[in-house]
Amino acid sequence: MSLTASPEQTPTGPPESDSGSPARRSARLGDRIFAGAALGAGLLIMVVLAGVFIFLLIQGVPGLSVDPSTYGQGFDNFWSYVAPLLFGTIFISILALIVAVPFALAVALFISHYAPRRLATPVAYVIDLLAAVPSVVYGLWGGRALAQALKPVINWLGDYLNWIPLFKGPASPNGQTALTAALVLGVMILPIITAISREVFAQTPRLNEEAAIGLGATRWEVIRLAVLPYAKSGVIAGIMLGLGRALGETMAVTMVYSSSPKFTLNIIGDTSPQTIAANIANNYSEATPDKQHVLIAAGLVLFAFTFAVNFIARWAIGRGERNLAR
Amino acid sequence: MAKSIDITDLDIYYGDFKAVEGVNMTIKAKAVTAFIGPSGCGKSTFLRSLNRMHEVIPGARVEGKVTVDGQSLYDSAIDPVEVRRRIGMVFQRPNPFPTMSIYENVLAGNRLNAKRMPKATADTIVEKSLRGANLWNEVKDRLGKPGMGLSGGQQQRLCIARAIAVEPEVLLMDEPCSALDPISTAAIEDLIHELKSDYTIVIVTHNMQQAARVSDDTGFFNLKAAGQPGHLVEFNPTKTMFTTPDNPDTEAYISGRFG
Repeated sequence: MSLTASPEQTPTGPPESDSGSPARRSARLGDRIFAGAALGAGLLIMVVLAGVFIFLLIQGVPGLSVDPSTYGQGFDNFWSYVAPLLFGTIFISILALIVAVPFALAVALFISHYAPRRLATPVAYVIDLLAAVPSVVYGLWGGRALAQALKPVINWLGDYLNWIPLFKGPASPNGQTALTAALVLGVMILPIITAISREVFAQTPRLNEEAAIGLGATRWEVIRLAVLPYAKSGVIAGIMLGLGRALGETMAVTMVYSSSPKFTLNIIGDTSPQTIAANIANNYSEATPDKQHVLIAAGLVLFAFTFAVNFIARWAIGRGERNLAR
Repeated sequence: MAKSIDITDLDIYYGDFKAVEGVNMTIKAKAVTAFIGPSGCGKSTFLRSLNRMHEVIPGARVEGKVTVDGQSLYDSAIDPVEVRRRIGMVFQRPNPFPTMSIYENVLAGNRLNAKRMPKATADTIVEKSLRGANLWNEVKDRLGKPGMGLSGGQQQRLCIARAIAVEPEVLLMDEPCSALDPISTAAIEDLIHELKSDYTIVIVTHNMQQAARVSDDTGFFNLKAAGQPGHLVEFNPTKTMFTTPDNPDTEAYISGRFG
């Protein structure tokens, strides 16, 4: 623990005299170069992020106060325009998480704790491969193949489960619905959540697992007692990365359905809630300069929201770790 | 209920590698049996084969017989999980569950065996087990605090409390003091003395003085050369072992001439 660190170990004193052997001095030079490179990389990330933020701010702020007619029918100011878009973004992303998280955790546990090694490696590889498929391809697949395949499911949901607001219907005839987009997004964020969860599951200290095994825990009980508590913060980090990807994903949503900003919980209907990213992609190329500012301002909202989500996630993880260390 | 263990012609393999060969012994009920020997001689592997813990390593298997109270541990009808519920284990390094309180750590094994128990029963088990592990007075005011907040020696006694909370037939200890300071070690040794009136205890130790202090019977394991399987050289009452051993190798080892 850090309490035991003796004062001699803290590098506050002056460096030892530089009259060491040449080899020693060159090792120190290497240290310095590496430290400089690492610092530079870290700063560069900050600069890029700040650059994006400043661009969004400069280009977006005029969009907050353009002529109301620019926003389109039924919107009298920027916030009434962006609110349904933000709602759509969060709604579709959460649906995607609901689809992806249980599946991703199950696959990760299968790879790390259930599958024999001969099977675990190829399965892990195939899941990683899902991340390499371009999102345009996912969009094409979702809008055509998956939408077709889902038609009977959507009709069934609309016929029998229409008392649930999500499946209120009337069912879309072409299958290109928010449900379809959420499934596509779910598949897209599956690999990242799986990969991160798998890594943290595999890093569970042997000591903790043996404690559970020694008490006569079954495999699932070992996971519940030793693996999941240990991996919790890492898994949350993985889910947040997945959520970040879902929030910003454009093509998969754009190509599955087209829509306008509106509030609706109905995920099997003809009109689905639009997301910020898809809305930008759909409208940017033919937008007037004023409308472009509006779209960039919407992008700024997405940026701020994603930032806030990550911030809250970090805080939650940190709190979990503090509780552990208490 | 404390039980005795009979081991007959036991060979232990990791894949094709024979780690331990030809062990025969009887471990007495309500007594402390210690295993000593140089590193890599298979004493820990042998200890782990007594509750099938070694099976967590893929490819591990045994030939021969281990019977507890007449019941073979390696019978095909026996579930290894069931064996580990009856034969508890304490490890080299204290390993309380990091996210659990002291209270929940003690009950972890009981919660596996029976899902629901009344609060009063749980309280009784926690107090009895912590008293049994000589830890009650030190932690009774902070049962809700995390087990990781205790000192190393206290954590190890917490692990012992967790192991005895399920009232196992046998308690296996794999170098339980190797990560502890001398004062904590003395506390654990005192505890082993007390536990022996209720439990069959098997302990592996690197420390011959410890074996001499705590055990009734001692087994000396050795191996002929690196890469050769370990084997049991001598198994005798501890007093005989440390005064007039049968085997010259044993005498060489305990007098510090090798190992």
